[in-house]
Parts: sequence; structure tokens; C-alpha cells
Amino acid sequence: MVGNVAPPGRSLHRFANPGRFMRLSGALLPWLAAAAVLVCAVGVVWGLVFAPRDWQQGDTVRIMYVHVPAAWWAMGGYLGLAVASFVSLVWRHPLADVAAVAIAPVGAVFTAICLATGSLWGKPMWGAWWVWDARLTSVLVLFFLYLGHIALTNAFDEPERAARPAAILALIGAINLPIIKFSVDWWNTLHQPASVTRFDAPAVHVDILWPLLISGLGFGLAFAAIVLLRMRTVLIERRVRAILAARGMEGAGVSRPVPAA
Amino acid sequence: MSEFLAMGGYAAFVWPSYVIGIGGLAVLALVSLRQWRAAKAELGRLEAAGLSRRGRREDR
Repeated sequence: MVGNVAPPGRSLHRFANPGRFMRLSGALLPWLAAAAVLVCAVGVVWGLVFAPRDWQQGDTVRIMYVHVPAAWWAMGGYLGLAVASFVSLVWRHPLADVAAVAIAPVGAVFTAICLATGSLWGKPMWGAWWVWDARLTSVLVLFFLYLGHIALTNAFDEPERAARPAAILALIGAINLPIIKFSVDWWNTLHQPASVTRFDAPAVHVDILWPLLISGLGFGLAFAAIVLLRMRTVLIERRVRAILAARGMEGAGVSRPVPAA
Repeated sequence: MSEFLAMGGYAAFVWPSYVIGIGGLAVLALVSLRQWRAAKAELGRLEAAGLSRRGRREDR
């Protein structure tokens, strides 16, 4: 593994150790996965069955319990990708690059879910599957940023060499996050403005807010669990690569190196 | 029950949203789990063949 430079702060360094990470994440993962399934199930049933229909939007408002959590974690995931990329660039933290590689595909799926469910909501409410307004367009850009990160990561034979260019891409793309967040305020978008994540109190009733927050928590737990699993996979894949490279067996027919993520 | 399934006339939009949302998460989780198992199996094969990073140090 490239760049085993100790990051500043002993407390941080303790978690930099991949062996320690494997032990901790291995113990945490079953609980995280179980909590994700349970909380998602509660959120879905609450959203589909018990939450009230909207007086204007009817039952289409139930799409919100999938669409908004997916959107939250599509953006939260990119924030995580940007932070991991920064730590990877500045301190060469050995797990930061692994985290970035693990987050990108998960973020891409969450963004795809957000776009698809938004489209399914837009058709009956706006009369269009898609409009090029600032919110929708900036989220589409987010999707392409994730895809670009994945493509860049897989463009190198040695995944460690992709870390630096991929991190730079992720950090440049982070400028898109405030654009997504404030697009509904800065431009006259068809997409409605924020009703939960506002500086003052949320503008939705508790009967809608609670299932939304629970669904949001469930999606967040699922995001974290899948990222942890993928980080563990990337670490094992890199260990396999290291063994093969040390033995000079790459492409020798014994075993094919597994591409990272 | 049929009233619930009808989703106030918006069944064609509400149900696909939940299928895409929950289905998308489930497929991502299963694919990630398969990749984890494949990587573990690969490492297991190498270690069973007596290859490890410890072996690399002995070479030097």
C-alpha cells in the first residue's frame, strides 16, 4: 500500500490501521445491516400505509419517503467522498482512499434512485418526466461526478495510483454541493424549495416529518453499511493484489487480480 | 386493499418509486456482498497455496 505516512493526531492514527479497521468494521457491520433493514422497513410501511396523503398531491406524496432520503444521502455521500479525498490528498491516510473508492458507486446508486423517483413524481405533478431546471440539472451533474470518479478509479492498473487524480476530481466536484442545496433559492426552479432542511423550523407537519426522518435514517444506515462492506472488499482486493505483485504472478495464470470496486 | 393498491389513482407512479428505491438498495447490497465473498475466496485460495505477505518477506 502506498503512502503509509502517519496522519497527525494519535487518535486518528489508531483508525488508520487497516487491520484494526477490519476488526472494528467486521464487528459493527452485522448490527449496522440489521438496523438498516429494520429502520428502512419501518419507514417504508409508515410512508406507504400510515402517513396521510397530501391535500394537493394526493398519494404521490408517498414518493417523498424514497426520493428525499435518497437525495439526502446522495449529497451526504458526496460530502463524505470529498472529505475522504481531502484526507487522502493531504495526509495520505491509508483508509481515506479506500473510503473514497467504496463511497462512489453507492453514491451513484443513491443519486440514480433520487433522479428516477423524482421523475416518477414530476410526471403526475408537473406534467413532465424531466425539466432542465437548476435543481434537477445539478443533481444530474452529481450523478456524472460519481460516474467520473468510478471511471477514473478503474482507469489505472494499480488502484493506488488512481487515488490522487480521483481525489482531485472529487474535490473540484464538491463545488456542486452548495449549488444543489441552494439551487432552489438562487434560481426560479420548478422543484420546490427545502421544507425540512431549513434554517428555521421544518415546514411540514409531524405526521409527514416523522416517517420522512425515519426513512432518512434507514437510508443513511444502509449507505453506511454498504460503504463499510465495500471498504472491507477493497482492502481484501488490495491485499490479493499485493501478494500477486510480490510473487510476480500478475497475469501468470494462477489468479487474475480483482479490479478494485 | 384494492384502494390501497390504487394509491388514489397514482399507482403507476408510487409503486415503481418504491420498487426502484428499495430494489435499488437491495441489488446494491447483494452485488457488494458477492464482491466481498469473491475477494475473500480469492485471498483464501492464495493463502491456501502458501502465499502471503509474510512469504514475500522471506524471499528477501
